[in-house]
Amino acid sequence: MREPTIFELSSPGRTGVTFQEPDVPLSEIPQEFARANLPFPEISELGVVRHFTKLSQKNYAIDLGFYPLGSCTMKYNPKINEVTARYPGFAAAHPLQPEDTVQGNLYLMYTLQNWLAEIGGFADATLAPAAGAQGELVGTMIIAKYHKDRGDLKRTRILIPDSAHGTNPASSAMLGFDPVQLPSDERGNVDLKALAELCDDTLAGIMFTNPNTLGLFDENTAEVIRIVHEAGGLVYGDGANMNALLGVFKPGECGIDVMHYNLHKTFSTPHGGGGPGSGPVMVCEKLVDYLPDPHVVMTDPGDEDTPPTYGFARPEKSIGRVKTFHGHFGMLVRAFTYIAMLGQEGLRDVAEKAVLNANYLQAKLKGTYTLPYDRSCMHEFVLEGYWKDVPDIHALDIAKRLMDYDFHPPTNYFPLIVHEALMIEPTETESVETLDQFADAMVKIAEEARTQPELLKNAPHNTPVKRADELKAAKDLVFCCYPVGEWEKK
Amino acid sequence: MFTPHTHADVEAMLKTIGVEKVEDLFKVVPEQNRFPDLNLPQPLSEMQAATELDSIASANATTRDFISFLGAGAYQHYIPAAVDNLLQRGEFYTAYTPYQPEISQGTLQAIFEFQSLISLLTGMDVSNASHYDGATAAAEAVILAFNHFRGKRDKILLSRAINPQYRDVIRGYMQANDAIRIVGDDPETGIEPDLKNLIDQIDLDTCLVMVQYPDFFGRIIDYASLIEAAHAQGALVAVVANPTALALLTPPGEIGADIVVGEGQPLGIPLSYGGPYLGFFAVKNALLRKISGRLVGETVDTQGELAYVLTLTAREQHIRREKASSNICSNQGLMTLAATIYMTLLGKTGFQQVANLCYQNAHYTANAVQEIPGYKLPFKSTPFFHEFVVQADENVPELLAHLQHHHILGGYDLSQDYPELEGCLLMAVTEMNSREDIDYLTDVLSEVEHA
Repeated sequence: MREPTIFELSSPGRTGVTFQEPDVPLSEIPQEFARANLPFPEISELGVVRHFTKLSQKNYAIDLGFYPLGSCTMKYNPKINEVTARYPGFAAAHPLQPEDTVQGNLYLMYTLQNWLAEIGGFADATLAPAAGAQGELVGTMIIAKYHKDRGDLKRTRILIPDSAHGTNPASSAMLGFDPVQLPSDERGNVDLKALAELCDDTLAGIMFTNPNTLGLFDENTAEVIRIVHEAGGLVYGDGANMNALLGVFKPGECGIDVMHYNLHKTFSTPHGGGGPGSGPVMVCEKLVDYLPDPHVVMTDPGDEDTPPTYGFARPEKSIGRVKTFHGHFGMLVRAFTYIAMLGQEGLRDVAEKAVLNANYLQAKLKGTYTLPYDRSCMHEFVLEGYWKDVPDIHALDIAKRLMDYDFHPPTNYFPLIVHEALMIEPTETESVETLDQFADAMVKIAEEARTQPELLKNAPHNTPVKRADELKAAKDLVFCCYPVGEWEKK
Repeated sequence: MFTPHTHADVEAMLKTIGVEKVEDLFKVVPEQNRFPDLNLPQPLSEMQAATELDSIASANATTRDFISFLGAGAYQHYIPAAVDNLLQRGEFYTAYTPYQPEISQGTLQAIFEFQSLISLLTGMDVSNASHYDGATAAAEAVILAFNHFRGKRDKILLSRAINPQYRDVIRGYMQANDAIRIVGDDPETGIEPDLKNLIDQIDLDTCLVMVQYPDFFGRIIDYASLIEAAHAQGALVAVVANPTALALLTPPGEIGADIVVGEGQPLGIPLSYGGPYLGFFAVKNALLRKISGRLVGETVDTQGELAYVLTLTAREQHIRREKASSNICSNQGLMTLAATIYMTLLGKTGFQQVANLCYQNAHYTANAVQEIPGYKLPFKSTPFFHEFVVQADENVPELLAHLQHHHILGGYDLSQDYPELEGCLLMAVTEMNSREDIDYLTDVLSEVEHA
C-alpha cells in the first residue's frame, strides 16, 4: 500500500517535537526580513515515527538479505561501528575546537592515515575526501599539480581503460584533462600494445582499476606501471575493488603512485542508501607534499612520561582544501573500529573469503550463463544476462525476477564492455548456504526464461511497487510534493 | 571475524571451484608481492574494541564538557531522540543507492520529501538529493554557472563574507580551469554590508555572484539590490544559506536567487568533528537540467501506482562519463534522511521555535557582552541571526585560552582569515546555550577585564 507523503499526513495545529519558550528578554525580528509563512508539515511524533518506519519497510537492505551488487562491496556493516561512532567524545566534538581538546580524534586520524597507507603499501594518506569520486578528484589534482610544479605542462591526457567506472573519466575531465579510452585485450587485461602506442610526453597518467570491473586481476599489472612510468606519467589506482587485495597485494609497493579506498566498500562503513561515503587517498613518497589540507601530523613524539601530541599541518605543496573541516570523521571512526578488530590476519581473511565466494558462485553459474572471461576471478565476476535462444529476455528481466526470490539484483549493464552484463560480487560475509540459494534462483530463472518468459518480463511481482515508468519521470519532472506557487496558497 | 565459513564449507567450495587451497585463487598476483606482511596491531575482540574506542573518545573534551560558542559553519543543536532511532534501522542504513526502485521506495520517497522540504525552505523550484557538504555544493554551483554560459563569461564574484573554507574549496575545485577568474573576496572589496564594492564589479563577464545569508559573520543583509544588479547584467546569483535561519527569514528564492546551497548539518546531524554533513542544492526551474547530483522524481509503476525513481540520470557520470555535469556519484543518503526526519518531526512549530531560540539567545548574549567594558560589536548596526562578531581589547588567542580554562569554548578567532578583523571573535549561540551558560560567559569575560 502506498505511504502518503509527509504533506498529505499533515494537519494544521498538530505538533511533533516542540521546544521551550525563550527565557531571555525578547528581541524583535526585523520585519523587513521576516518570513511570511513556513509551509512545513504538522504531524505528531508517533505519526512521524510510523511514517519513516513504514518507508523503511519498503527498502531492501543488507540486514534483510543478499546484495550481490558488483563493484559495490555490500558486506555486513558491523553494529559495533554504529556504537563507537556515536560515543559522545566523537559525536559531540566541534570541528573547530582547539587541538589540545581533541587529541583523541587527532590520534585516531593519524593512526588511520598510517594504517591505510600500510595496508596499501604507500608512504602516507589523507582522510579528507568525502567519497570515492572525491578521492579520484583529489588524486587527479595531485597528478595535475605534480606535473605543473615540474614545469611539465604538455601532459594533458589521462588514459582510462574501457572497463573503468564512469567517475574516472568524469573526474579527469573536471581537472581539465583529456580522458583517452584504453581498450582491454581478449583476456580482460589492459591492452599493452594499445597502451604503448598511446604513451608519449603528453601523458599525465593512467587511472587503473585493479582488480578491474570484470573482477580480474590484471595479468599485465607490472608492465602497465612500467610503460606509464617510462613515458613520465603517473599511475592512479582506483581502489574501489581493494576488498580482493587486503593482505594479498600492496599496490603502492608495486609502483602505483596514488590510490583511493572506498571506506564504505572495503572497510565496512554503511552505504546509507546512497551515502555518505568516504574516500581516503594514499600516495607514494614523492607525492606526500601534495596531499590536501588539512593533514594530521605528530607534533611531539612525547616520551616515557608524556604521550605524543597531534595536530593539523598543511603539506608544503598542498593541492588545498576539498571540503569543509576534516573529512567524514564519523566514517573514519567506523573504519578504524573495523581495522582494529581485524588486524593483519582478519584483513587477509576478508580478501580470501571474498575471492573464494566469488569463484564458488562463478563455478556454479558458468554452465547456465555465459562467462565472457573464463578465468579465476577475484572478488567479483561478470556474466552475460542474455541467451541467443530467448532473445527477448534481457539482463534487466533477470535482475527484476531475482527480486521475487528475495535477492537484490546484481549490477546490470556495467561494465560497458560486456554485453547485457550482470556483475556479481558476493562479498566475504555471506555463507555458502546463501550462495547456494542465490545460485539456485539464478538457475531457476534461466529455466523460466525458456518456459515462462512472461514471469521475467513482468517481474517483479511481490515488491511494494512494480516496474516504474522512468520515461514518465523524466518527462513530467516532478521533484517536489507541491509545485512552488501552489504551496503558498495552502 | 565477520566471515561465516567453516572449515568444511571451505573444503567443499574449493572442490566445486576445482582448486586445492584458497591460496591457489591468487596465483595471478605476482609471487614476489603476494601475501605481504601488514604492520598492524593485534586484532581486538568486539569488547576490546569498544573499550579501546571509548578510551580514545574520552581523550577529547567536547561541546558536552565545555560551554560552547563555536559555530563558523557547524552548529550544535538538539537532535530529537526519534531521529537517530529511525536512522539506525538497518533497512535504511544498510541499503545501497536506490537504483532498483521496486525495492528502494523507502529511500526514494524520503529523498523526494527531502527535496520538497528544501524547496519550500529555500523558496526554490527544485532541490537535488544533496552534495557532500555546504562547501562542495557551493563549488558545484560555480561549475553550474560557468557551464551555463558555455565559457562566454569567465568571472565568478564571491563575497568576502562567505565562509573562508567554502571559498578555499571553490578555488580547489576550479584550480585546473585557467579560463575562470574568481574575484570579489579581496580585502579591498571588503566586507561592508552595503555591498557597493561588490556590486560595482558585476559586469557582462560575470557568470555568478555568490553571497551568504546570513553571512559568515552572522549578518542578515538585504541582497535585493545586488540580485537586481546581477540580473541586469545577465549574471546568475547563488546564495549560501543557513537552513535554521530560513525558518524565520525570507527565503532566498523569494528575493530572486537562482541557486541556493548550504550546509544541512544544523538539521539533526551531529557535529561529529566535521562530518559527515550534508550539502543542499536547489535551483529555479530554468536551471533544472544543469543541476549536478542525484534527483528523485515522481512517476507510476505498471499498475498505475505512484512510485519514485532516480531520474534525469543522463546528466550523471555513470551514463555520461567525461561529459557529465560532475563526477559526483554518491549523495549524503543517510544525512538527507536525518534532515528529513528532523524537519518533519519539528515541523512548522518546532522548527520556528528552534530558530527563535537561537535568535533570542544570541541577541541576549550579544547585548550582555557589549555591556562589558573592553568588548564591542563592530557590526552593531546590521541585524544578525545567531552568530555575531565581538571585538575585544584583549589578545584573542589569550582570551580564548582563558575562557577554555573556565570551560568555555569562546568562539572562532577571525584574524586567521581576516587580517582586518584583528582582535575579533565570531560567537555562535543556539538553543543549546542556556541563560545560565550565557550569564556565566559574561561573568568570566567581566573578570578578564578586571584581572
